[in-house]
Amino acid sequence: MDAADIKNLKATELRLGLPGTHLEENNVIITEEKSSLSSTTPVLNNNKRPLQEETSPANNKDCGSKCSNNNTDDDAAPPPSKAKIVGWPPIRSYRKNSLQEQSEAAGGIYVKVSMDGAPYLRKIDLKVYGGYPQLLKALENMFKLTIGEYSEKEGYKGSDYAPTYEDKDGDWMLVGDVPWDMFVTSCKRLRIMKGYEARGLGCAV
Amino acid sequence: MKKTAYSFPEEVLEHVFSFIVSDKDRSSISLVCKSWYEIERWCRRKVFVGNCYAVSPPILIKRFPELRSVTLKGKPHFADFNLVPEGWGGFACPWIRAMAGAYPWLEEIRLKRMVVSDESLEIIAKSFKNFKVLVLSSCEGFTTEGLAAIAANCRNLRELDLRESEVEDLSGRWLSDFPDSYTSLESLNISCLGNEVNLLALERLVSRCPNLKTLRLNRAVPLDRLPNLLRGAPQLAELGTGAYTSEMRPDVFSNLAEAFAGCKQLKALSGFWDVLPSYLPAVYPVCSQLTSLNLSYATVQSPDLIKLVSLCEKLQKLWVLDYIEDDGLEILAASCKDLRELRVFPSDPFGLEPNVALTEQGLVSVSEGCPKLQSVLYFCRQMSNAALNTIARNRPNMTRFRLCIIEPRSPDYLTLQPLDDGFGAIVEHCKDLRRLSLSGLLTDRVFEYIGTYGKKLEMLSVAFAGDSDLGLHHVLSGCDNLRKLEIRDCPFGDKALLANAAKLETMRSLWMSSCSVSFGACKVLGQKMPRLNVEVMDESGPPDSRPESSPVEKLYVYRTVAGPRLDMPGFVWTMDDDSALRIS
Repeated sequence: MDAADIKNLKATELRLGLPGTHLEENNVIITEEKSSLSSTTPVLNNNKRPLQEETSPANNKDCGSKCSNNNTDDDAAPPPSKAKIVGWPPIRSYRKNSLQEQSEAAGGIYVKVSMDGAPYLRKIDLKVYGGYPQLLKALENMFKLTIGEYSEKEGYKGSDYAPTYEDKDGDWMLVGDVPWDMFVTSCKRLRIMKGYEARGLGCAV
Repeated sequence: MKKTAYSFPEEVLEHVFSFIVSDKDRSSISLVCKSWYEIERWCRRKVFVGNCYAVSPPILIKRFPELRSVTLKGKPHFADFNLVPEGWGGFACPWIRAMAGAYPWLEEIRLKRMVVSDESLEIIAKSFKNFKVLVLSSCEGFTTEGLAAIAANCRNLRELDLRESEVEDLSGRWLSDFPDSYTSLESLNISCLGNEVNLLALERLVSRCPNLKTLRLNRAVPLDRLPNLLRGAPQLAELGTGAYTSEMRPDVFSNLAEAFAGCKQLKALSGFWDVLPSYLPAVYPVCSQLTSLNLSYATVQSPDLIKLVSLCEKLQKLWVLDYIEDDGLEILAASCKDLRELRVFPSDPFGLEPNVALTEQGLVSVSEGCPKLQSVLYFCRQMSNAALNTIARNRPNMTRFRLCIIEPRSPDYLTLQPLDDGFGAIVEHCKDLRRLSLSGLLTDRVFEYIGTYGKKLEMLSVAFAGDSDLGLHHVLSGCDNLRKLEIRDCPFGDKALLANAAKLETMRSLWMSSCSVSFGACKVLGQKMPRLNVEVMDESGPPDSRPESSPVEKLYVYRTVAGPRLDMPGFVWTMDDDSALRIS
């Protein structure tokens, strides 16, 4: 047993007193021991945890090597497909299940909607709308903008925005080009384009 | 007993004591002197056991022979988030058996996070002739067969509440087991049941119980059956709808709106699964009377949410998904001046990108506009020290503050600093804060603030925070009223724990998982503190198969007068005097 261990033992000696009575002493001991704490417990001496895999407790003893790997990733962006941490975020299972069930609810056609310049992605259920006018109204409400009316010849002339969608073939089309039912079944995602690009599309018919 | 001019006859004291209802006060009375202890224990009718392993059925029964109402809690809170493995414990059966023998006049049983079997329900149904209230909150282990026994036998049942329990739903037939002569139902909560109940039986039950005040349906009850149910119970004060969707038909809508309008006493609404937005206006007639609204399952977008919420000027409690966004919360702040409690849940908890425009700003708006706001649960993706500071100064009356920034260890998004100062402001300004949950990037400093200012704090939840044992030490040594401490994934270890061992006897429980507490320290703690149960959980095998310095997976420490429990599963070890012998 080396000196560090003896120091540790002394520090962990249990004293049954009122809380706070050993404050000064303990403060000193604790701050002193901070560095040896990191050496005796390699597991959690940095803030980064290996988020790339599920934080399984059985991995704790191996965490030393995994942790050092992650030190180099300290400032990296989160990995694209992040594995879930057990019990995080702290939401009850029945809530998670309910959200999932409702989004997979029979008949729902969910597509992502992005708008140029906005940091927020939305998801909408195309089944909820009866036709293009309702969809456009909803998009206007959602993103606080005016899209206006569709015209076959001029697209969304007069608006700075053009709602577009990617169809099954990967082509970007202007919303309104095809009949509604065809649109609902072929639309993979929506993108509200802004500015020059939008005007270009609108007049490209 | 020596009779002096100052001693009252027992009957008088009993009568006086009957006005003292709070557990704390009853406890104080019992400490005055031996005779008061005796009188008090014979006339105590209601008991709350916050940890079912802190005491045993025989001990409870011996001290309180005449109980009418018992409340028990089992698993630790983190069981809600799947951190407690199956089979851990919290079995209701031994309690129910014991009470069946000792308390034939028992009227109320309330259980939370306990494992309840059909057998236990059958025992309840047959043993207590005057049984009135059964509340099973976040419980599991029973089926609809057990419910059938309750329905068939409990003639005086007033309340059956299965909130958030996991019930094996074998058949909806059980509801028909309430006899036709049964009319005393006042509160029914079946919102957790998966399958359809017998709707005709439900309708008949509802319409023949004139005192029915609370009815929380499950998702399987279709919307077009709701008007009939409402017409059968116009005196309802609290309603939980079933699925809130149907083929859009004008007659269904008007029927529904009319039925809602007929419920003049309706104060609380919940349910709203599968909401079709065009049906929401059907509840507009009751909005102005609502004090409680739970839209946390309603996946509707903000314009529909905002319209609904803005009509509820008397709202005190709102639970909602983050679809409400900052804009909606601003309108909430302007419309609902009586708001006391706000919970905002995430609609896409595992998404990497934000999917809604909900930020710290929404919470700031509500803290500014709602002077009575005291209870908050808020999930969001960004936070700043400035915002927390503003919230703290706006709402010094805050008593429960739970913030969950979804990405662990997120810093202040404006300054990239830890959020220590922000949470520090919360504990400093909110002097009556009783419950706090932390998140984001936090160092030991936040715990120093908590230890210094959190003098009324009773429950603290910590995750992915702190740098060293100093953090834990600040909390354990500073928070005078701390009862429950739950910690996960923090670098807290042996020193703070052992140095503050005595503190643990003043608390209900301590949970630490994925921290740095060594097996050796757990043993020391268990050996030195006989009135604590120190339980180590490890699903990968016996902790003594690894070095003593190895950190334990999970640690649960609680005070008890019942000694180590005997119902532990294979992955739980108790650290007490014999543990050294037993394990090796």
